[in-house]
Amino acid sequence: MMIVAGQSQSAYFLEEELPSTERSHTLSVLVDNEPGVLARVVGLFSGRGYNIESLTVSEIEHSSHMSRITIVTTGRPPVISQIMHQLGRLVPVHKVINLTWAGDALERELALVKVAGKGEMRDEALRLAQAFNARIVDATLDSYVFEITGAPADIDRFVGLMKECGLVELARTGLAALARGKTGI
Amino acid sequence: MTRQMTGAEMVIQALIDQGVDTIFGYPGGAVLPIFDELFQQEEVRHVLVRHEQGAGHAAEGYARSTGKVGVALATSGPGATNMVTALTDALLDSIPMVCITGQVPTTLIGTDAFQEADTVGITRPCTKHNWLVRRIEDLPGILHEAFRIATTGRPGPVLVDIPKNIQFQTGTYENCKDKALTQYHPAVKAPDAAIREAVELMAAAKKPILYTGGGVINSGPKAVALLRDFVKLTGFPITSTLMGLGAYPASGKNWLGMLGMHGTYEANLAMHDCDVMVCIGARFDDRITGRIDAFSPNSKKIHIDIDPSSINKNVVVDLPIVGDVGSVLEDMIAAWNARKPVQDKAAHAAWWKQIDGWRAKKCLTYRPSAEAIMPQYALERLHALTKDRDTYITTEVGQHQMWVAQYYGFEEPNRFMTSGGLGTMGYGLPAAIGTQLAHPGALVIDVAGDASIQMNIQELSTAVQHNAPVKAFILNNQYMGMVRQWQQLLHGNRLSHSYVDSQPDFVRLAEAYGAVGIRCSKPSELDDAIEEMIRIDRPVLFDCHVVSLANCFPMIPSGKAHNEMLLGADVSDEEIETAIGTAGKVLV
Ligand SMILES: Cc1cc2nc3c(=O)[nH]c(=O)nc-3n(C[C@H](O)[C@H](O)[C@H](O)COP(=O)(O)OP(=O)(O)OC[C@H]3O[C@@H](n4cnc5c(N)ncnc54)[C@H](O)[C@@H]3O)c2cc1C
Ligand SMILES: Cc1ncc(C[n+]2csc(CCOP(=O)(O)OP(=O)(O)O)c2C)c(N)n1
Ligand SMILES: [Mg+2]
Repeated sequence: MMIVAGQSQSAYFLEEELPSTERSHTLSVLVDNEPGVLARVVGLFSGRGYNIESLTVSEIEHSSHMSRITIVTTGRPPVISQIMHQLGRLVPVHKVINLTWAGDALERELALVKVAGKGEMRDEALRLAQAFNARIVDATLDSYVFEITGAPADIDRFVGLMKECGLVELARTGLAALARGKTGI
Repeated sequence: MTRQMTGAEMVIQALIDQGVDTIFGYPGGAVLPIFDELFQQEEVRHVLVRHEQGAGHAAEGYARSTGKVGVALATSGPGATNMVTALTDALLDSIPMVCITGQVPTTLIGTDAFQEADTVGITRPCTKHNWLVRRIEDLPGILHEAFRIATTGRPGPVLVDIPKNIQFQTGTYENCKDKALTQYHPAVKAPDAAIREAVELMAAAKKPILYTGGGVINSGPKAVALLRDFVKLTGFPITSTLMGLGAYPASGKNWLGMLGMHGTYEANLAMHDCDVMVCIGARFDDRITGRIDAFSPNSKKIHIDIDPSSINKNVVVDLPIVGDVGSVLEDMIAAWNARKPVQDKAAHAAWWKQIDGWRAKKCLTYRPSAEAIMPQYALERLHALTKDRDTYITTEVGQHQMWVAQYYGFEEPNRFMTSGGLGTMGYGLPAAIGTQLAHPGALVIDVAGDASIQMNIQELSTAVQHNAPVKAFILNNQYMGMVRQWQQLLHGNRLSHSYVDSQPDFVRLAEAYGAVGIRCSKPSELDDAIEEMIRIDRPVLFDCHVVSLANCFPMIPSGKAHNEMLLGADVSDEEIETAIGTAGKVLV
């Protein structure tokens, strides 16, 4: 399902056979990069009682002042399509794509994970980091900071294990997501 | 053609280039440069109100009664926050409005400067779009884009916040009226396949109904004319929401009256029993649907709306059609004529017979009184004595508003200005002033409640100053009648704070403002008093004393289905007490 500003978007053609259960959806929203645009999107979610599980935003095309906002939200299909239409209604929004409906999208997140400890735990942390393809970006005699990139679920698992190995703190970027295949947004 | 001018001059020039003749506003420090420019020109009339909320509602009345955009002007801080109710009102009722506010200079933004408020932050959820102008180069484009966005697609309010230093700066102005600044271009034409499928559904209908709304009026006179043609062509019965009244004439033979919580028996039962429902520019509001899971359970639903987010929001429909009412009806009529469907005459006759049975219930009957004025009677008389004139009606919010919808038959669109979505008490008087200034010479009446009228009574002074001979026809029941009715239904008749104590003497109040006061409490004197009100070419407060305890029926209590309606004449106290179940009590 895709909503494109200015195109005939008769919901007649948007009706799809959809599973009726609540699940999380990844939405890509292409917006004008202007002051307040993020506040509009976030305000829409809080004002209408939709939840945001993750939200990332960054400029993707400097010359045309366009940003891409990637939002993970949960809901049943009618709620999700209502969210998409509400987003599509915002003036600075160019396009809204539901990557989850579009198919098995590529989803990646980056995390920085700090662990502290000595001896056996420290060795274990290092072994796990290698197994997860995490890189060491900082090390002292009694700490590491790992950088890991992957699907959110992989990061969740890695972080879960690091809790056992002296996790001190964690920073995650939120989701970057694209549809597979040759076509673009 | 470009010209050098200051930001304040650009504001006025853009208004002129947009064809704006009247704006409603109130001055203050952060808009002084704009007021200085207003002073030095004659093309744009500025109407000074007494409270910025009044400016907003006046702009709404102006807009709804003309089909043009309404413009309001206010200063920063309190001026802007006073505008919030009117902006929200315009957003919920899809009224095109451009609001211009002054802001502290860009250099002071964020310092808690004098009269600084985060106006774009505060108004973001209550406008269709808003802008803080940070550079003089952006001002002309934003001003014109503001008008384009307010008026295209689903109309709504927009706000342009202009810091004072930008108003003083000089820049290049260009009339970019027809240039789009953003990619906002809502589609107006619906796909042919959807139109054809709609025609198939309607052609096969045995028990059809048209459920029309404010979107028909938003779409404009062409849509209204097409709707009337379409009713003739199909012979379908038609009902409307509060916001759509007048699009189809109340005297038309297919008219069922308003639907919804206080709609007619025939309209609501026809909605409940129909097999094909065509929703045209309405949004399945909760005042319409009642209990969602019992709403018109056996019908195929077609929904025509320009805003895709209105579709499937509250009620899931079978055939959504995204487009402008005028464009869709034009295509639909063409498709109907091309297909020349053979309708099931017998089924239609049976359907009308059933409808006539419901009509025979005469749900708007009330017990007349010779001693006291019944509010319904007052409105019947007001209608009878004003219907052959060039009359515009506005209302406040409450029972009186619903009685207007029930007893004042609107024949034309844009004649009825009311706050439907937000239900803003205090809307009617300023909206009447905006309407009157757009239609000098017309008879403009704000049908008011005794509580509501006091919410923006100060605007009487505006009416006097600007020679707007509006009439406030107050149905004075000494109660917040609508609140009391709900307390009777929901809260064991404990009338907590719904009695309007210490009422002003409305006649002397009118005189204090330089207007005229009239009081009437006898049915036998009512006609003469109304005639007198009409004759007076000045603002009038008409204090019409009506019986205190009348309630507004029919009513579908919250949480109930359309076929569980309470009717007026025969509702017992006990039925009132038990009408709403526990689940319904939490609903509004
Ligand atoms: C005390 C009180 C009681 C009320 N009781 C009732 C009641 O009993 N019955 C009742 O009907 N109302 C009642 N209301 C009003 C109610 O709250 C809603 O405001 C009203 O029902 C909404 O009307 P609407 O559906 O026509 O939508 P509107 O608010 O007028 O919205 C118009 C719809 O049309 C669409 N649209 C706009 N322009 C176009 C276009 N050009 N082409 C296509 N579509 C377009 C919009 O996207 C929107 O979906 C009451 C209000 C109050 C304050
Ligand atoms: C600004 C605002 N505050 C509160 C309400 C809630 N409210 C709805 S109707 C009503 C009473 C209106 O009383 P009145 O104007 O006398 O009209 P009546 O119902 O008696 O005809 C109130 C308080 C509202 N709609 N608007
Ligand atoms: Mg009252």
